[in-house]
Amino acid sequence: MRLEVLKTNKLYIGGKFPRTESGRFYTAVDKNGKEIANMCLGSRKDFRNSVVPARSAFGGWSAKTAFNRSQILYRIAEMLEGRRDQFVSELTKMGSTKAAAEKEVNTSIDRLIYYAGWSDKYLQVFSAVNPVSSSHFNFSAQEAMGVVGILAPEENGLIGLVSSIAPVIASGNTCVVLASETKPLCAISFAEVLNSSDVPGGVVNILTGKKEELVSHFVTHMDVNAILYCGKDEKIKKQLQEDSITNLKRILIKDFDWLSDKAENPYLITDFTEVKTTWHPIEQVGGAGSGY
Amino acid sequence: MAKKEVKIEYNKGWDLAPAPESTSHIKLKKKYDLFIGGKWVKPSSGKYFDTINPANEEVLAKIAEADAKDVDKAVKAARKAYDTVWSKLSGKERGKYIYRIARIMQEQARELAVIESLDGGKAIRESRDIDVPLAANHFFYYAGWADKLEFAFPNREVKSLGVAGQITPWNFPLLMVAWKIAPALACGNTVVLKPAETTPLTALKLAEICQQAGLPDGVVNIVTGAGATGAEIVNHNDIDKIAFTGSTGVGKIIQKAVAGTNKKVTLELGGKAANIIFEDAPLDQAVEGVINGIFFNQGHVCCAGSRLFVQESVYEKVMRKLKDRMESLIVGDPLDKNTDIGAINSKEQLNTIKKYIKIGKEEGAEMYQPKCAIPKKGYFCKPTLFYNVAQSNRITQEEIFGPVLAIQTFRTVSEVISKANNTPYGLSAGVWTDKGSKIFNMTSQLRAGIVWANTYNKFDPASPFGGYKESGFGREGGMHGLSAYLNLDS
Repeated sequence: MRLEVLKTNKLYIGGKFPRTESGRFYTAVDKNGKEIANMCLGSRKDFRNSVVPARSAFGGWSAKTAFNRSQILYRIAEMLEGRRDQFVSELTKMGSTKAAAEKEVNTSIDRLIYYAGWSDKYLQVFSAVNPVSSSHFNFSAQEAMGVVGILAPEENGLIGLVSSIAPVIASGNTCVVLASETKPLCAISFAEVLNSSDVPGGVVNILTGKKEELVSHFVTHMDVNAILYCGKDEKIKKQLQEDSITNLKRILIKDFDWLSDKAENPYLITDFTEVKTTWHPIEQVGGAGSGY
Repeated sequence: MAKKEVKIEYNKGWDLAPAPESTSHIKLKKKYDLFIGGKWVKPSSGKYFDTINPANEEVLAKIAEADAKDVDKAVKAARKAYDTVWSKLSGKERGKYIYRIARIMQEQARELAVIESLDGGKAIRESRDIDVPLAANHFFYYAGWADKLEFAFPNREVKSLGVAGQITPWNFPLLMVAWKIAPALACGNTVVLKPAETTPLTALKLAEICQQAGLPDGVVNIVTGAGATGAEIVNHNDIDKIAFTGSTGVGKIIQKAVAGTNKKVTLELGGKAANIIFEDAPLDQAVEGVINGIFFNQGHVCCAGSRLFVQESVYEKVMRKLKDRMESLIVGDPLDKNTDIGAINSKEQLNTIKKYIKIGKEEGAEMYQPKCAIPKKGYFCKPTLFYNVAQSNRITQEEIFGPVLAIQTFRTVSEVISKANNTPYGLSAGVWTDKGSKIFNMTSQLRAGIVWANTYNKFDPASPFGGYKESGFGREGGMHGLSAYLNLDS
């Protein structure tokens, strides 16, 4: 009989897979409490090390054409489809039934395609030409915010990750994600998918570790523009809202059934954009013949 | 000291070694049947016509000619696919089929580009870098709309129309097919499409791609033939929507034919665009834009900048730069990567262009053509300028659809606006000036569906395209292109 080779679960920072600088670990268990893998117990320094590549990737990622980002998101879906068996197996290890795991993987792939489609369309739906009462051409359009810290949903290993990352990066943001603490297996596998999907290094950075330890570092970091917290812990909510005053971070708190259609909509994209309004004068000469 | 003028001979020293694109990798059948209900079906009349390479007049393939019976068969297949499969699919699943088509087109892009150049005569540089990528991107873009339609029309219930009959022109064969099919499918309709008779090959290759993508049978049907086949589509009573791109003359016939029926119609017709250069424009950039505006695709472009207006103060300078630039244009083998201007699409079109050149001379305008050589075999035309033309000349009023530019001058903004708008067409316009406020003045005064400022002939799947006045109605591309394929009244 052949002995299976086990994977070392590392972090995903700046397009590379380092171990945690802290050298610490925690053990992920299945629903019966059986140990399934050792995970990196990410530290404050790991988080801070992730913000640096996220910030430097922001310029290039947000400057890509929306169409190009759309194609890259689609590419992630293609890669995920190709590795579906691996994700089904990881989800079942973490306690899903086979059918539930398959549904979660299918929904994850389709959700990536859903946001791939929005990437070059949300602007047309949500931006505006404003009819100001002076001779000016005036328009408002959304722009990506910058670096977003994502506290991924705790209850789903894959769909939560996909549903929180895709809308954030669709508009050109970059992110640092803290994966589900209790269902972390898919996080690093998903990082491998991202890493082979034309997504530039640093656009998505994924950490594993303890929310309790890292939340305050996420919210107080001065180079993070916004936080997406997927959950309903009242203590965390209050802490995020209070500590956001450091640099007036935008705090978004979402708690969906992540497998449902409600968890996908373009407002999750616009939540992580700023509206920019531009004024430009219109010369008022020569209207002859314009009535024709 | 007397100023020494250095005259550069632009037509010397430009000998480039031939750089023909290989045709060894393309797969063409000798004979193409009709694509109906997912299968290749022989035409009921048994008739086939030739499609030729306009650059050497050789036959590329035999193409089936569809008659009323064949069109009826195609409409029935489209109706069945609509009723039993396509209208029942979720937007998400519909979108995934369209994404597949886009991806396969990207995979086969070079083959499509070579066939496009062989069949239509356009320079490979254009079919490779513009036509084919834009066509694939159009599918990719509209695929994403399939499950998002309700966001485009707030407070409306969106419904597909049913079977769309679509007729496309020969100037951008594959791209126009993409502009038609992609939004139609995304909105949940099925399609009977007739490509132009001189350039049917890439549409038939697209039929093969639909098969590869596993698109359900009958969702896309391609029937080939000339005007008579098109008329059968327009007059078929089980078609819910007609989309046509072509001449204003035929567009009017179609509008009349569907009058009194419930068919929804969009028409993308001719144009006679004004390209306007102000004295404060970056002139080299403007001249490059004028060249692109009129000689792109041999001038077979409905939005071609075929009327040039130059502000008097810079007229001499612009004319000199324009003539110099024209000397360096390479007219010849469409498959050569250095070619700027390929073959005229058909003998018939070449005769039309020649007719207008004759008219221009007879009307008293002055003509300029560069000294470039053109191939002896095949249909070719030198790039041509007419200057000292009058607003009333036929070459300034009528669409020539060839590499022929009519040049006029102007002094004031008012003057150029009234001259530019003095045409029954209203598809596009170009403005060249460094002053932003002038651009926005012009864009608000010009009666045209697209205004390019300091650029020309730019296209994007996200950007709506379509005209004012007799250039037709409806828009293709972007969010605005969706409503043409939806019922928003219920």
